[in-house]
Amino acid sequence: MTFFLHVETFTQWRQEARALLVRGVAPSEVHFSSGADQPSLFDAAAPEMPAKSNEVAPTVPSAFLEMAKHVACHRDANRWELLYRTLWRLTHGQRHLLEMSTDEDVFALNQMKKAVTRDVHKMKAFVRFRKVVASSDLQDTQTQPEALTNYIAWHRPDHRIVSLAAPFFARRFKAMNWTILTPDESVSWDQLELKYGPGVPVSEAPDADSLEDLWKTYYASIFNPARVKVAMMKREMPVRHWATLPETDLIPDLLQQASTRVSEMIAKNEGFAETAAHYMPTDGSLDSLRSAARHCRACDLHQCATQMVFGEGTPSARIVIVGEQPGDREDIEGRPFVGPAGQLLDEALQTLRIDRNEVYITNVVKHFKFTERGKQRLHKKPNSREIFACRPWLEAEIAAIRPDTILCLGATPASALFGRDFRVTQRRGEVIATDWCPRTIATWHPAAILRMPNPDRRAQKHQQFIADLALTLDQ
Amino acid sequence: MDVRDKLAILADAAKYDASCASSGAKSTRAGSQIGSTEGMGICHSYTPDGRCISLLKILLTNYCIYDCQYCVNRVSSDTPRARFTVEEVVSLTMEFYKRNYVEGLFLSSGIIQNSDYTMEQLIAVAKTLRTDQHYGGYIHLKTIPNASQSLIEEAGKWADRLSVNIELPTEGDLYKLAPEKKKPQIVSAMHGIREKIDETKHEQASGFKPPSFAPAGQSTQMIVGATETPDLEVLKTASELYTGQKLRRVYYSAYSPIPHADARLPGQSPPLIREHRLYQADWLMRFYGFSANEIVAEKDHNLSLEIDPKLAWALANRHFFPVDVNRASQEELLRIPGIGVRNVQRIVSLRRHRPLRTADLRKLRVAWNRAKVFVLTADHNPGVADLDKLNLGKQVAPKSRQLMLFDAASSALTGEV
Repeated sequence: MTFFLHVETFTQWRQEARALLVRGVAPSEVHFSSGADQPSLFDAAAPEMPAKSNEVAPTVPSAFLEMAKHVACHRDANRWELLYRTLWRLTHGQRHLLEMSTDEDVFALNQMKKAVTRDVHKMKAFVRFRKVVASSDLQDTQTQPEALTNYIAWHRPDHRIVSLAAPFFARRFKAMNWTILTPDESVSWDQLELKYGPGVPVSEAPDADSLEDLWKTYYASIFNPARVKVAMMKREMPVRHWATLPETDLIPDLLQQASTRVSEMIAKNEGFAETAAHYMPTDGSLDSLRSAARHCRACDLHQCATQMVFGEGTPSARIVIVGEQPGDREDIEGRPFVGPAGQLLDEALQTLRIDRNEVYITNVVKHFKFTERGKQRLHKKPNSREIFACRPWLEAEIAAIRPDTILCLGATPASALFGRDFRVTQRRGEVIATDWCPRTIATWHPAAILRMPNPDRRAQKHQQFIADLALTLDQ
Repeated sequence: MDVRDKLAILADAAKYDASCASSGAKSTRAGSQIGSTEGMGICHSYTPDGRCISLLKILLTNYCIYDCQYCVNRVSSDTPRARFTVEEVVSLTMEFYKRNYVEGLFLSSGIIQNSDYTMEQLIAVAKTLRTDQHYGGYIHLKTIPNASQSLIEEAGKWADRLSVNIELPTEGDLYKLAPEKKKPQIVSAMHGIREKIDETKHEQASGFKPPSFAPAGQSTQMIVGATETPDLEVLKTASELYTGQKLRRVYYSAYSPIPHADARLPGQSPPLIREHRLYQADWLMRFYGFSANEIVAEKDHNLSLEIDPKLAWALANRHFFPVDVNRASQEELLRIPGIGVRNVQRIVSLRRHRPLRTADLRKLRVAWNRAKVFVLTADHNPGVADLDKLNLGKQVAPKSRQLMLFDAASSALTGEV
């Protein structure tokens, strides 16, 4: 005796299965069919079910119900029978059947569940909403534009999973009207409840959203051409979904350009592997440093500058004063701090009765960097690569002198000696121990004082400058 | 410059950050209107580099006062610059999110003016999203080095995840390539976040309802291959961070050539397989009970590029095998090459009911070719002779290179090695 049952949904199957189970109908006696199946010849002749007994259906592990809910969405025609057989076995002496993952039935169910779960996951990922604003004839200002806005997506899942995935979208896009269309079923959310409907062909879906342009821009920009892995992409983003993903149009071009882009990047190395360390003499005395520095080619600044301007002063100096780089006058004369800024420094030294010959004056960068404007050569800030390349000279000078105090004039030497976070505006005049010297101090650059337009501010800065310079006298 | 141009520049600048996960925040924030976080990551798209797009990953700006050699945004680089306004980032996030293009926002930034100012800008984006837009989706903020602790605490209120990039595996590497960054500072920033996370959890456990603080924890990224530092050091640093700072993830990013690169950097990328091996080793540390020292068996302190780290460990520790799948403890099962965490669980529940045979393992889809000499089943005993073979490595190693890469890609996702 065989029972023929027509089942469409998980709920229907559950009801039928419970009834069958209570009546003790064995799996071999049941044949389930679904909408897609051929109607059975024997449907009409289905025998009466055995009389209902008073027994209640036995309980089954919740894991089974969870699995059945998923498997019910699979397209496999045998799923209902497989589920019933498993249910029967679970309730007839094999309570732990689901733990036996290598059992034929359990294995098949797990495979189906996995396929459905993956499909639901892909739906959450690959649904692309397109914003559609209903055109309203009424130019009624009271009509809320959001109420007229709908976000519509067309998606083609492998299995009939819309009801499994829809609650997720309702939680996520709570305050949005949205509709997801698939070939077999559709679902809409009006911010209150989910409404399921029939399938819709792709031709009914909206065709574009103005935002897709921005999205494609993002997609193209976030791709790193130096790491192409097409197999991986296709594995995770199956090609059959590509049609509904606007960004996938870009893939052929991105791939085609990838290798050229990488070789261009590699060819465009900036900077130089070299630093002044390559030009260092074996003998670390100031004189041999000075003559070695004349041949330094560690950065490109030597090409335009007239000459290298090395530090100047006695090797026994207790104070080292560090500026940024030689200026126009310094470049011509070949000596540091001889221009207007140098004069201001000289005056300050005289005020404090410090003999210029007893200090050592130098710069972080030893060549003049400038841009030409007409006949003028305008000072240009050295960049960090130039500073980095030149730094070994400064290190060698300080190592040769071993001063008690270093005074940094302005931001460039201050950040070279204290680190980039250092702010002269906040920490000038502090005596700080550094890797370079136990007493390292930062103050204004004389040129900055000269450039101050406001006379009061200029006088104030000048005073601060002298005060900071005076700190170098404390030992 | 319009938003599209800015997006092109600021997404391009963010593409070197490997972080992409959006999982970890288990529940959606109360009162959210748009957006949810439900504890599992969704990858919304994939680019031809095989990496997923789950987040709108951008920089607020790529101007930066720092000069880290490996970074395309360093002050001395010639790269084109742009800066988003807070409103632009908020609007892009909401619009992309509403179309289901992304799972959330990953926001980082070059440092402008100073650390605190930059951090405040990042916070403003997250706060606007949460309060004005009632956005409940995922937000990952990159904390700015040296930003003050009060700002980090504020950031953690609005973000799901915070991260501080360690950038390079050792102090020496930092000194060489990122002289302004100091490991103690980085680690203390992580520690600050960790303490606040612990404190929040502690309060929750005592029945209070503290404001949420980075519910998805913190992560970090390390660039690999820009210096000579071997894998062992990389893994030690990672392990230190997992145990010391309770990080959720350490991302390894194979150094890839950047435009406008400094010439001191290698001109070519290290093989991506190295990055992949590090992820495998990372999984072994987090889910299989291995320690960094055990995993790196090679004399030069690097992981083998030819075979996966678990197989390498097994070959170096043959005395440990064969492991009897019907008797061994879970910890022992986890050490068998070719058997992953999920299959270990399946084996344990299966064997409660009957002894396992080889056919069972094959049906579980364990990598039998790799596993066969290391396991004992009810009907299979590889014998010590097999284990002693000198050419065992060759026998069990994946056959061709092509196959290995494919194999590698799949285990990168599942983590099963």
